Amino acid sequence: MNIGTIPKLQRAWDLRAACNFIGGGTGTGLLVFAAISALAGWPFAAAGLVALAFVGFGLSMVWLEIGKPLRAVNVFFHPQTSWMTREGIVALPLFALAALAVVLALGRPDLGRLAAPVMAVAAAIGLGFLYCQARILRAAKGIRAWSEPAILPLILTSGLAEGAGVYLVLIGLMGAALPWASALALALCAARYAAWRHYRARLGATGAPAGTLAALHHAEPLVAWAGHAAPAVLLVLALAGVLPDLMAVLAGIALAVTGWFIKVTIVLRAAQSNGFAVVHTPVRGRGTSRAGDRPGWQLPHQKG
Amino acid sequence: MTRYVMVVDLRRCIGCQTCTAACKVTNATMPGVQWRRVVDMEVGTFPNVQRVFMPVGCQHCSDPPCMEVCPSTATGKRADGIVTIDYDLCIGCSYCAVACPYEARYKVDKPTFAYGDTPTEAEKHRYDPAMIGVAQKCTFCVDTIDDGISKGLKPGVDPDATPACVNSCISGAMNFGDIEDPNSNVSKLLRENQHFRMHEDQGTNPGFYYLWDGARP
Repeated sequence: MNIGTIPKLQRAWDLRAACNFIGGGTGTGLLVFAAISALAGWPFAAAGLVALAFVGFGLSMVWLEIGKPLRAVNVFFHPQTSWMTREGIVALPLFALAALAVVLALGRPDLGRLAAPVMAVAAAIGLGFLYCQARILRAAKGIRAWSEPAILPLILTSGLAEGAGVYLVLIGLMGAALPWASALALALCAARYAAWRHYRARLGATGAPAGTLAALHHAEPLVAWAGHAAPAVLLVLALAGVLPDLMAVLAGIALAVTGWFIKVTIVLRAAQSNGFAVVHTPVRGRGTSRAGDRPGWQLPHQKG
Repeated sequence: MTRYVMVVDLRRCIGCQTCTAACKVTNATMPGVQWRRVVDMEVGTFPNVQRVFMPVGCQHCSDPPCMEVCPSTATGKRADGIVTIDYDLCIGCSYCAVACPYEARYKVDKPTFAYGDTPTEAEKHRYDPAMIGVAQKCTFCVDTIDDGISKGLKPGVDPDATPACVNSCISGAMNFGDIEDPNSNVSKLLRENQHFRMHEDQGTNPGFYYLWDGARP
């Protein structure tokens, strides 16, 4: 019997926190695609606005989750070490510059040529925001599924893939089909799946709570087939010219929704605490000690 | 320099949870909040098993990840190693709770009482609205320590300058003191016994030592 020792699902962060990673990832990924559009001379204002809406939605959800919302300004107090503070600081120029680029593009035709470089700078800052989000999870030492270093490439590639997905949907709704966007989305689809597999492999190789590994294992079929194989096939078809508008939109939906599913899985379902461990059992009674134990964990030597 | 640490003799702990109760009474924590608790661990496979009782809580780490991630600087560390929370600065984001490798942090979003919605007289008297919506954890009874020191008492030796859990421990398993003082009770225990710290791989340098073999005090 183990009482209180086994890893358990964290309850500190709920769906609202997951929405921050969803909104932030999708929004900044979309911002990158908006910047590429802007630099190439294509319309980008809609993508820019939707990107800001995603990032704003995510941050709003966090604000709703904190216990003292009226003290939210205190989040800026610790840039020395806190990635949450850094995320908040980076959000300010991100919003300002992306909004400025959209205003320039829509409202000031005489200054329209400035919009593209401003949007490019906003997208670069957006990548910084996305990196901060990945580091927020990485710094959470109490949750093995988050502190695994391989979470960094997963969060980064997922954010970009989600943004690619929403971009494909947006341009599809506008009746356009851009081969470069489909090709880039295909590359991001492959990169995210590689990051996902690497993340899972690292957790298995270095040890993690059994519940964490089980939650990720259960997610695998959906992530692999519906989340990556299907959009990859759809994007190849789109690039081959088979109903490119429709194929790209369907692939975009799959790419975005899969990213959100991965984040909900990692932030909520796989987020087991460390539990407790004893390194040596105390010597008493028979006068012997035994090697310690870490209840609820699957360690590398226990595999198979 | 001073660094206060807890030293727990696992050979002595019987899992009576008196420390848990003493902590709750002293700090008036709400239902579901246990700054000090004792986990009950079964090690081995039947029939060759051993039962271990392990007091846990905030380990007052030297490199506390909770302090590193805190965006508001509400979590701090004193010169004597005690990790504190400024309830007036905390925004209640719970980042510290997921950063703590020891499940030591709690957040209460609305008041709860032992017998439903109506607080007892004692609960009413000791209810502190500043604790709602913010992170909370074991303080090593820092107010008691500071008060005791101001009276010339020695933490870990004089009960009036010692955490409630240590004072209440019926088996003498829990010990508290300054690890930087070579003549302190905890330094002596650590010199004479074999010990470990939990989750050392996390690099937090916890201030909570568990004795498992060696000279019996």
